[in-house]
Amino acid sequence: MNLLARYAECIFWMARYMERAENLARILDVHETFARDTRGMTNWFSIVQLNADEKDFFSRHDRPTAEAVVHYYMFDTQNTNSLVSMLRMARENARVLRPWISTEMWTQINVFHNKLVEMNGKGVALPNLSKVCTWIKEECQTHTGITEGTFYRDQGWYFYQLGKYIERADQTTRLLDIKYHTLLPSPVVVGSTLDMSQWTTVLRSAAGYHAFRRVYPRGMSPTTVAGFMMFNEGFPRSVVMCVRQIDGLLTRLKSRYTLRNGSEAMEKVDELLGALLAHPIEEVIQLGLHEYLDGVQAQLCGITNEIGRAFFGQDTVPMTQSQSQ
Amino acid sequence: MSVPEGKATDLLTNYDPGLYYDELFGGRDYPAEHSALIRQRLAGLNFGDLLRRSQDAERELYNLGITFLVYSNKDAVDRILPFDIIPRVISAKEWAHLEAGITQRVTALNLFLHDIYHDQKILKDGVIPADLVLGNSCFRPQMVGLDVPFDTYIHIMGTDLVRDREGTFRVLEDNGRVPSGVSYVVENRHMMQRVFPDLMQDIGIRPVDNYGHKLLDAMMEIAPQDVADPQVVLLSPGSYNSAYFEHIFLAREMGVPLVEGRDLVVENDRVYMKTTNGLARVDSIYRRIDDAFLDPKAFNPDSMLGVPGIMEAYRKGNVALANAIGTGVADDKAIYCYVPRMIKYYLDQEAIIPNVDTRICREADALQYTLDNLDKLVVKPVGEAGGYGITIGPRASKEELADCRAKLLADPSNYISQPVVDLSVCPTVTDDGIDPRHVDLRPFAITGKNTWVLPGGLTRVALKKGTLIVNSSQGGGSKDTWVLQDGGPQDGAQEGSAS
Repeated sequence: MNLLARYAECIFWMARYMERAENLARILDVHETFARDTRGMTNWFSIVQLNADEKDFFSRHDRPTAEAVVHYYMFDTQNTNSLVSMLRMARENARVLRPWISTEMWTQINVFHNKLVEMNGKGVALPNLSKVCTWIKEECQTHTGITEGTFYRDQGWYFYQLGKYIERADQTTRLLDIKYHTLLPSPVVVGSTLDMSQWTTVLRSAAGYHAFRRVYPRGMSPTTVAGFMMFNEGFPRSVVMCVRQIDGLLTRLKSRYTLRNGSEAMEKVDELLGALLAHPIEEVIQLGLHEYLDGVQAQLCGITNEIGRAFFGQDTVPMTQSQSQ
Repeated sequence: MSVPEGKATDLLTNYDPGLYYDELFGGRDYPAEHSALIRQRLAGLNFGDLLRRSQDAERELYNLGITFLVYSNKDAVDRILPFDIIPRVISAKEWAHLEAGITQRVTALNLFLHDIYHDQKILKDGVIPADLVLGNSCFRPQMVGLDVPFDTYIHIMGTDLVRDREGTFRVLEDNGRVPSGVSYVVENRHMMQRVFPDLMQDIGIRPVDNYGHKLLDAMMEIAPQDVADPQVVLLSPGSYNSAYFEHIFLAREMGVPLVEGRDLVVENDRVYMKTTNGLARVDSIYRRIDDAFLDPKAFNPDSMLGVPGIMEAYRKGNVALANAIGTGVADDKAIYCYVPRMIKYYLDQEAIIPNVDTRICREADALQYTLDNLDKLVVKPVGEAGGYGITIGPRASKEELADCRAKLLADPSNYISQPVVDLSVCPTVTDDGIDPRHVDLRPFAITGKNTWVLPGGLTRVALKKGTLIVNSSQGGGSKDTWVLQDGGPQDGAQEGSAS
């Protein structure tokens, strides 16, 4: 059966927003833990920096206090990077897709969104933040489970996974970046007990601690953790793992449904995969991890654009975005 | 959980439908036997339980997103259509009568549309004033001389019926453009099966869930004959349309893509949809967009919802549209008055379901009568939908009557008047217990080669005490409508209109 270009795009973005929401909940949760030490303010501000939201944030807040940042990323409807905005976008896409997705998928996103909006009225006290983040993470995982169990396996399924893995790769680079942003520049604590506990937290927030221990039973260094999250071939949130998935998905999508377009997107994926496999982590850190991660993010963005051109009809006929208001 | 088969007292003891015909009890002197068992089961319930089930149902509807969008200021809010869990029950005999009447009406309206877009005999014979048809804003000159498959114009028809004090069903309005509400018919049934299985048990209710299947059959029938496996789509104005849920529902039931105008293009007078693999041919379109917005090249040039060039593709016979273009002239409130004569003219039959007595204010006598009896009549503008602009004489204030009088005098041809129909009532769950509320009924008919009427329809209920307006935009809700199977308990109610 034919898949409408617009549906493919909505499926792709629904998956991305759900994955993004899960990752933001993970990041907020990590910071809640960090904030318990003396670094409180700096750490919270780094989330704002990470998303390049400084301008927008300071237009409504004087200082990046814990309360302000948490509210900004949980409930601020004017902030497109807040959880409530992401859920709204996921739901809007799901709403368009209701003829295509299962009723269970739609219902879960709908109820999830409505509960989050209701929660906004009550506000979230900081001590509860971790609990709320856990709830959000679990709702996202419920979505993943329902999708796995009910999404009809045709072209749409491929676009769903493409969206999910591109977003996940992007988010892992951000999670790593935030750690380097805030912790590494301070030479005093590198390798200290505090530093190690924080790296452990990063791994735990990506549910990677036990997997990491399996690979590195003894010791833990910024290099091994970063290398694990970037290049490990078995860890489901590692960047290489995600990009390999994207590669396989695009190949199968094109051949199984004999789609004419998409070669450029495949080339870009090859390029990224080649780049990822070219340098060991030590080299990457030496050259500057932050810049490296920026580069990966830009390449993921390029892949998204190519997918849009190839399959979402962004290339062929000019789309008037404002038609449905 | 099962309902104790209580005595027919308890919960319904104090229920009093007053002078109105009651859909569950029947007329005052003719208790409806076909619904006796249902009454008995309801009476045995405890009110708390009933309320709980009712709340469960509404929460479920909200969670499932069975909602419509309401615009207030700049916000769009999702609302459910309030659902009442006490069903409206129609006996097999009553239904046979309605089914025949609706089929007759659809047939006549299709004959009328074919006639006015071809030979215009009915106008030449003076049965209907020509200017009422040719001067109507919904008359589409582009349709003149065009042949459509099986001469069917109204493929999907919703007929609004009311039941008067004597128990006679009457047609209040025809909806032959883009009638909505059928999704609630099916979803309400699902909801009842979920929250009230014990009430339904062994009653023998005719199913409604094959509507999508019947609709798809009709859409395939009318597709261009040279296409072996026609591609059907549902064309929606988009997710911000208040009836979007219904579009989703129907697309899903038919298993066809739900497209918007921006998903379609016309090339060489053929319609295509944009897919992940480029353009794919479209053969048959169930469109939920009004004529005026369908094609900026042919109609309203400002429409952003439509598909430029689709009218030409349609004229060439390369794509089927349901409903056809230009059906609005047949369901106009002014034309409505002539439908009984239309039935006589084309079919040489009396209308099986009578109209409500209607006066056309463009005629001098009718205007005078309306002005003289303003406080007793319902005055309706002919162009409006959704219950807007209606003045109900007996309930209007002096100011409202004066306002109505002024409007009538300023533009008489824009109005019709009807006596107040004492809409029948049905027991309904309210905060104060089970109370009578006014209801109407909109059955749906699908016509491709032949006509099929969905057994049941949308029962809309005016939830506000005393009010007669059942429209969802004006605080109405809905009920499940049970058409009983033939051979089930028969009703002893006299049907004034049964022929």
